Amino acid sequence: MSSSYLIRIKGFTLPLSVASEGAMGRTGSWRTFKPVINYSKCIKCYLCWLHCPFSVISKDSSGVVIDYEYCKGCGICYDVCPTKAIVMVPER
Amino acid sequence: MVVLPLTGNYAVAWAVKRARVKVIAAYPITPQTTIVEKLSEMVENGELDAKMIRVESEHSALAAVYGAAIAGARAFTATSSHGLLYMHEVLWWVSASRVPLVMAIVTRAIGPPWNIWTDHSDLLDQRDTGWIISMAESNQEAFDLTLQAFKITEDDRVNLPMIVGLDAFILSHTTAPVDVLEQEDVDRWLPERKQLYVIDPNNRFSLGNIASPKDYMMFRYDIEKAMDNARRVILEVDREYGKVFGREYGGLVECYKCSDAKYTVVAMGAWAGDAKEAIDILRDNGYAVGVLRIRFIRPLPVNEILNYLSGMKGVIVLDRSVSFGAGGQLFTEVSSILASRGRPPAMKGVIAGLGGVDVSYSEIKDIVLKFINEVEDQGWFIKRQEWFMPYEYSFKDYG
Amino acid sequence: MFVEIRFHGRGGQGAVTAANLLVAAALKENKYGQAFPFFGAERRGAPVLAFARISDRPIKIHSEIRSPDIVVVLDPSLLELVDVTRGLKKGGVVVINSKETPSIGDEYNVYVVDATSIALKYKLVVAGWPLVNTAMLGALSSATGVVGLKSIVSVVEENWRGDVAKRNVEAVIEAFNSTRKVR
Repeated sequence: MSSSYLIRIKGFTLPLSVASEGAMGRTGSWRTFKPVINYSKCIKCYLCWLHCPFSVISKDSSGVVIDYEYCKGCGICYDVCPTKAIVMVPER
Repeated sequence: MVVLPLTGNYAVAWAVKRARVKVIAAYPITPQTTIVEKLSEMVENGELDAKMIRVESEHSALAAVYGAAIAGARAFTATSSHGLLYMHEVLWWVSASRVPLVMAIVTRAIGPPWNIWTDHSDLLDQRDTGWIISMAESNQEAFDLTLQAFKITEDDRVNLPMIVGLDAFILSHTTAPVDVLEQEDVDRWLPERKQLYVIDPNNRFSLGNIASPKDYMMFRYDIEKAMDNARRVILEVDREYGKVFGREYGGLVECYKCSDAKYTVVAMGAWAGDAKEAIDILRDNGYAVGVLRIRFIRPLPVNEILNYLSGMKGVIVLDRSVSFGAGGQLFTEVSSILASRGRPPAMKGVIAGLGGVDVSYSEIKDIVLKFINEVEDQGWFIKRQEWFMPYEYSFKDYG
Repeated sequence: MFVEIRFHGRGGQGAVTAANLLVAAALKENKYGQAFPFFGAERRGAPVLAFARISDRPIKIHSEIRSPDIVVVLDPSLLELVDVTRGLKKGGVVVINSKETPSIGDEYNVYVVDATSIALKYKLVVAGWPLVNTAMLGALSSATGVVGLKSIVSVVEENWRGDVAKRNVEAVIEAFNSTRKVR
């Protein structure tokens, strides 16, 4: 975490931070397995959107979309999906 | 001036009312209880427009007012002894979040054995938490300090929480005249609350996120800087209060006849008044003695202690608490400061009055006289601790 | 002027209130005062103590009162239970609520008032107990003049309302007038 995310007011550093895209760097490079969505099985329950610890899943008209720039491939979305619409595919 | 006969606890409640506090939460514990009882009465009968939050513990009490303070409300809580120890973790949260907040501590001994009487161990256990820590000598000062605490903590240069300490029973349950000031005068003197930041659902940020080691250390450095600023702010507020309301105490310390003294007694809290009475008698008998009363233990009055005490022939420190294996906390702090400038005065730490043991002014007079005679007879020495037990008791009874 | 006073009562009789009212009365006369209970658990019926200091200078000390100038005894039955003159200064004053002349050491000035009968006469009864504290303040003023009758009356009038205030004032005045020195 870089200090540019800390807030300074009136000369004091405060224990506050503002969420911003990529605050932890390009975490997509951490991925060894990639979650891939099978839209024919997706029922738009959004459990994956709710559970994603990195907030890289967003809602759109087709259901959900994963931002692979920052998805670290933890597999929690795969784990919570009730219809097995997400599969984990090896990166290499 | 509105002079009322008030207990120390009611004096604190009146100051909270005068400061127009908006949120109060506390869990009852003797001898603090009557502060919050009085406040809830004031809220109930419409004298004070505030929200009382009922909680299930002291940890929650401080957490509740911490939340209110971050949301921008002037907030207050009070506790004692075991309640304060249970709160300890949240004290760090408040100070390191840099949120102005005021808490009254009615100092009481820690068990076991169970004991409800005065002792400064609970207060001094909070020395390292980043709170400004003060201690009153009288009911009037408990009122004045509580009111001043809001201005000190909300100052741009400070933004740290503050404890106002007062001794169990000998202040908290003792009735004495207190000038509670006029509301309009207080309103003119105490500005609207301000703080560095306020949580706001429309402008989201997170508080207490993980920080790198370097960032963490920077936060800590800034707390130290704010504590240092508080030294100046406390003095300014004290002087300004003196100009407006006619009562000025001297800032971080009060020097009572110590300027021309050869020997000085250092004490904190209500018994400093008894020490003043004792040295008045000694002065009548030709001894050049004074009292340096510690009003703030954090920030530590380093310069004041050096300026007033380093030229003394002898300094005797009265502690109403003990750090086991080290001695009295006031003694260890005062002696370390004095040792930083050449050869310090002769010094003795006296531990007395623990768990509410009554120490009269004539006993303090005897303690001081004994010290003076020892220095005059034996010359310079440092004695880290000597335990004093009055009346018929003797520590030999236990051996 | 610097006077230390000890009140002996039973828990629930109003000894602490008496000490507080005394300080309020002293403030009326531009004196300084300090009042405090014996610090411990309150127990109804048990012998209790309350203390007061009255002075014409600000009071700095906060320690216990070990050798009072004046002792006020709210309940005559306490004489058999506790040594009410313990620590009392030689020549000190004892003011006792009693119908009879109690036997107390020769070295003290003893005053007696039948405060229980006065409290009953003015129906100052709570939970079956006659409340003698206001009458005893009248007696204390009569015996020692430590604060004037006028100040006590005005404090009693501020502390209670309507008929209760009136009956308490009557009790204060009757006690003031009927207090007699027995030694």
